[in-house]
Amino acid sequence: MVFFSYLISGISLGSVYAIIALGYTMVYGIAKMLNFAHGDVIMVGGYVCYCALSYLHLPAIVSVPLAMIACTVLGVVIEGLAYRPLRQAGSLAVLITAIGVSYFLQNGAQLIWSATPKNFASVVHFDLPSSLTSLGLSSEAIVTVGACIVIMIALTTFVNKTKLGKAMRCCSEDKGAAQIMGINVNRTISMTFAIGSALAAVAGVLLCSAYPTLQPTTGSMPGIKAFTAAVFGGIGSIPGAFLGGLLLGVIEAMAKAYISTNLANTIVFAVLIIVLLVRPTGLLGKYAPEKV
Amino acid sequence: MSSLLKVDNIHVYYGSIHAIKGVSFEVNEGEVVTLIGANGAGKSTTLNTVAGLLKPKSGTIEFEGKSIVGVPAYKTVFHGMALCPEGRRIFLQMTVQENLEMGGYSRPNSEIEASLANVYERFPRLKERYKQVAGTLSGGEQQMLAMGRALMSKPKLLMLDEPSMGLAPILVEQIFDIVKELNEAGTTILLVEQNARMALSVAHRAYVLETGTISMTGDAHELAEDDRVRKAYLGES
Ligand SMILES: Nc1ncnc2c1ncn2[C@@H]1O[C@H](COP(=O)(O)OP(=O)(O)OP(=O)(O)O)[C@@H](O)[C@H]1O
Ligand SMILES: [Mg+2]
Repeated sequence: MVFFSYLISGISLGSVYAIIALGYTMVYGIAKMLNFAHGDVIMVGGYVCYCALSYLHLPAIVSVPLAMIACTVLGVVIEGLAYRPLRQAGSLAVLITAIGVSYFLQNGAQLIWSATPKNFASVVHFDLPSSLTSLGLSSEAIVTVGACIVIMIALTTFVNKTKLGKAMRCCSEDKGAAQIMGINVNRTISMTFAIGSALAAVAGVLLCSAYPTLQPTTGSMPGIKAFTAAVFGGIGSIPGAFLGGLLLGVIEAMAKAYISTNLANTIVFAVLIIVLLVRPTGLLGKYAPEKV
Repeated sequence: MSSLLKVDNIHVYYGSIHAIKGVSFEVNEGEVVTLIGANGAGKSTTLNTVAGLLKPKSGTIEFEGKSIVGVPAYKTVFHGMALCPEGRRIFLQMTVQENLEMGGYSRPNSEIEASLANVYERFPRLKERYKQVAGTLSGGEQQMLAMGRALMSKPKLLMLDEPSMGLAPILVEQIFDIVKELNEAGTTILLVEQNARMALSVAHRAYVLETGTISMTGDAHELAEDDRVRKAYLGES
């Protein structure tokens, strides 16, 4: 029974990682860059939702989409202002810029919302029968896992079936060839950031609902973990991000429960290193991860 | 015969490398025109510039009488030109049919079915393999896919960059037969080739490119008889 409740908390945490990892992996797959500021977009999503709920007294059904819209715009603006001018530059320059954007967002958030943690009220709470809660199930866990599965299926369908999704796959393979098909590569990359950032907002809301403390650094650790998950599953691969996120969450929860809370992160990264030694492209990856 | 493509005195640079030094040529509607030249002469650079992948520093390019200098590559296809690039550049992780659909990206969705049927009729091999991932096709099949993909946009001008590269002689012949058929069916073709013999045999007119400038031009059959061309490009003495 106790094991089961650890498993549930692992899957639920893993689902959040998976949603964030999907954003990382899409941007990496198409723009071939690691957007280290992705984690901080999650935090901004959390704050926007928090403000809409607490200051504007809007219902969750409005606040969450509002956070998604705000993050979509933020993602597109970041890409256009910070990354697009570096399209021809080396990957190191892009990486350093991404780290800069990450600090910019964290400090900007501190300026606007102060460093004092905010108490985020869960937006996905509903009462469960006690037979379920005694198993360790929570409404947050159910919604998070459900959202993750829906997002994963929707993204896979989008990338395989829609014209824009296929254009993204073309850009991922060969930007020059994509252009002569008539694909506007800049716009396609913009759309990728838009989708990734909207997902980051969802992840932010779910994360804060499960772990209610919201502060400017809220996104950074989950961001790094999700990046790890994306590499673990095979960066550039959508099912890989999903699998990597879930596994990482479960490994972390189990390590916390049965080994040591303090060592949990160390164990997570040790597993990553072992997987990459055995399979350098990650569990489901096609692309070799860029060395950074 | 009216001029479809008119390139006038273009200069193209890669950084400080002056790759194209004042090239001018013209392609008339209904023609097959070939650009021949040795490795590094600037053939691909010329095609890529016309397609909009590179921007000339000076000079003009007119397509159907309209200037297209500075029009980015993703828009030139909407004007009616298609480039089948050097090295094929098909999408290796996509299926044959997906590659073709991407070729029709610039066309309305309602036309795709008919264009697909058209391409499959010309390349029955592709139809047999429509679900196969393009990376697993043979070299010849990949070339057919690259040409089929370019045709999906129903181009007025089809630009082929070394379609015979790396193919066995029998396939080379097949590719040139297809070029001829496409032209007879009404497509204007600008063909870049190192295989000068084959190129001159299907082309109406030819230009010889030498280190970034046009050194000779004329009727393809006459050029094939020219002593200098025979020595330099047909391997005869
Ligand atoms: N991306 C590039 N950067 C710098 N120089 C380049 C680049 N691409 C081509 N060049 C140079 O421009 C010149 C023309 O190259 P281009 O590829 O157009 O030749 P080509 O005639 O197509 O040759 P080939 O028959 O080998 O394909 C060459 O000297 C080449 O080294
Ligand atoms: Mg070439």
